[in-house]
Amino acid sequence: MSERRYLAVRARGLTKYYADRCVVDRINLDIPQGCLFGVLGPNGAGKSTTMRMLQGVTPPDDGDLVVMGCHIPSQAVRARTRMGVIPQTDNLDPDFTVEENLQVYAHYFGMDAQAVQPRISELLHFVDLEGYERAHINSLSGGMKRRLTFARALINEPDLIILDEPTTGLDPQVRHQIWDKLRELRQQGRTLLLTTHYLEEAQRLCDELVIIDQGKILEHGRPQELIARLVESEVVEIHDNPRAMDVLQSIQGCRTESSGGSIYGYLHNAKSAIDLLHEQGIASLQRPANLEDVFLKLTGRGLRG
Amino acid sequence: MDYGLPHIGPGALRVAGRNFKVWRKLIIAGVLVHILEPLLYLVALGYGLGVFIREISGMTYLSFLASGIMVSSAMMTASFESMFSAFSRLDHQRTYEGLMATPLIVDDIAIGEIIWSAFKAAMSGIGILLVAILLGAVEGWRSLLAIPVVFLTGLTFAAMALNTTALARRWDFFQYYMTLLLTPMMLLCGVFYPVSSLPSWMQTAVQFLPLTHAIDIIRPLLTGQSVSNLMLHLLVLLVYLLVFGFASLVLLRKRLYV
Repeated sequence: MSERRYLAVRARGLTKYYADRCVVDRINLDIPQGCLFGVLGPNGAGKSTTMRMLQGVTPPDDGDLVVMGCHIPSQAVRARTRMGVIPQTDNLDPDFTVEENLQVYAHYFGMDAQAVQPRISELLHFVDLEGYERAHINSLSGGMKRRLTFARALINEPDLIILDEPTTGLDPQVRHQIWDKLRELRQQGRTLLLTTHYLEEAQRLCDELVIIDQGKILEHGRPQELIARLVESEVVEIHDNPRAMDVLQSIQGCRTESSGGSIYGYLHNAKSAIDLLHEQGIASLQRPANLEDVFLKLTGRGLRG
Repeated sequence: MDYGLPHIGPGALRVAGRNFKVWRKLIIAGVLVHILEPLLYLVALGYGLGVFIREISGMTYLSFLASGIMVSSAMMTASFESMFSAFSRLDHQRTYEGLMATPLIVDDIAIGEIIWSAFKAAMSGIGILLVAILLGAVEGWRSLLAIPVVFLTGLTFAAMALNTTALARRWDFFQYYMTLLLTPMMLLCGVFYPVSSLPSWMQTAVQFLPLTHAIDIIRPLLTGQSVSNLMLHLLVLLVYLLVFGFASLVLLRKRLYV
């Protein structure tokens, strides 16, 4: 029996222009239900625009988009009743306290104020904000605001959670906590759609991901599969020693890249390269290839806007 | 541009309800503003100028002024709420962005903000009515009918001002609207003196401004006189409300669905 995959998101030829610039260029997406799916790309790649189109707040210029069985944008309101959104920039309501933010948000979903109260306590517990019910938004730290935004996005028990760079600007403690929460939510069977440019985050968390740049999908797959398929298995890094380039280039099957004062050698077995560099008195670091290597290979090392 | 008809649903009341919850938290300050301001105006101008003006249009200057202040205050309250407060929710507070991640739509936001602004205008109207009653400037129970008319006036001016908000990129932009529309109406439409004192061409001109018509309904209501041309005055307010309400909706859709 073939595995039947129900899709939380199905996009075909999704396209968006701003003025004459094509920011999302005929992309296709199949996001299975229950998947923790990553959308990776440099700044300005079209990630946020794609997320906004899925929510039905940015009308696509072309293509078909179905989110949880609802056609977008015509049935976006129905889709949003089962969707939770964590935006890139916090937009908590500064006129309200922590608890009021959740109450007011529940009201936007048409939820009953009495009935939602236990859910609010449960969510504040989930994000470790118990005891802050009456705190004002402006008195919260960045990490606490993010956690409250998280709780707010879960108020309607969403089946699909959209997270637009959820850990940007957070300290490692909060990031790790958020990763744990994301895994927990996936365990509950929810679909999570995450944009990020932290490759380590994507590699650890995502079941599947796409890498996009300039509005186009460059690759789609599981993190380990992409690493195995697209880059050599090992990396040698040399910092501030230009002589290393000649040494690496003399090794057969070694692909080299340089950026600033750093030189990178990509190859399947680093042992011989390390030995050779050692003989020449060149210090080097060796590590397994990761998603960042895939990302940089696909999108280049040039800076983005 | 999305010229679709307005979608009217319970969402608008949820948007208005959000603003109401914020207002309720600061209710003392809110009520104080609505009582103290008109009190100052009525005492200062009504008594101060009233000495020189024994009678105006068959009433004391205090009575004349009470109805004028009631309507102009409704205009200012609704306009400011739909401009400054709505703009901060649109722009730096990102409140609308948050709202739009829920089942609410832009139509709910536009209609909700207009209803809320009118509610605040009605609150200011009630404040002034109380002050005017205390000062003996109001006659008869019929004056209570002024409250729904103030609400309608609030809807009309909120709908007009919301267009400015949907177009504004910076706070300075509101200065145009205030200087070019609100201040002239405040000074020319019969708040402080009867329109009949103006040169005849100006009398004709102010007939095209909604504030004139709101005053023409409310002044007789507060002083026990009969309202002439009631249907015409209501129609003008209603046309302004529908035309500018729809325009603000189209502009906000364009601004927010990007």
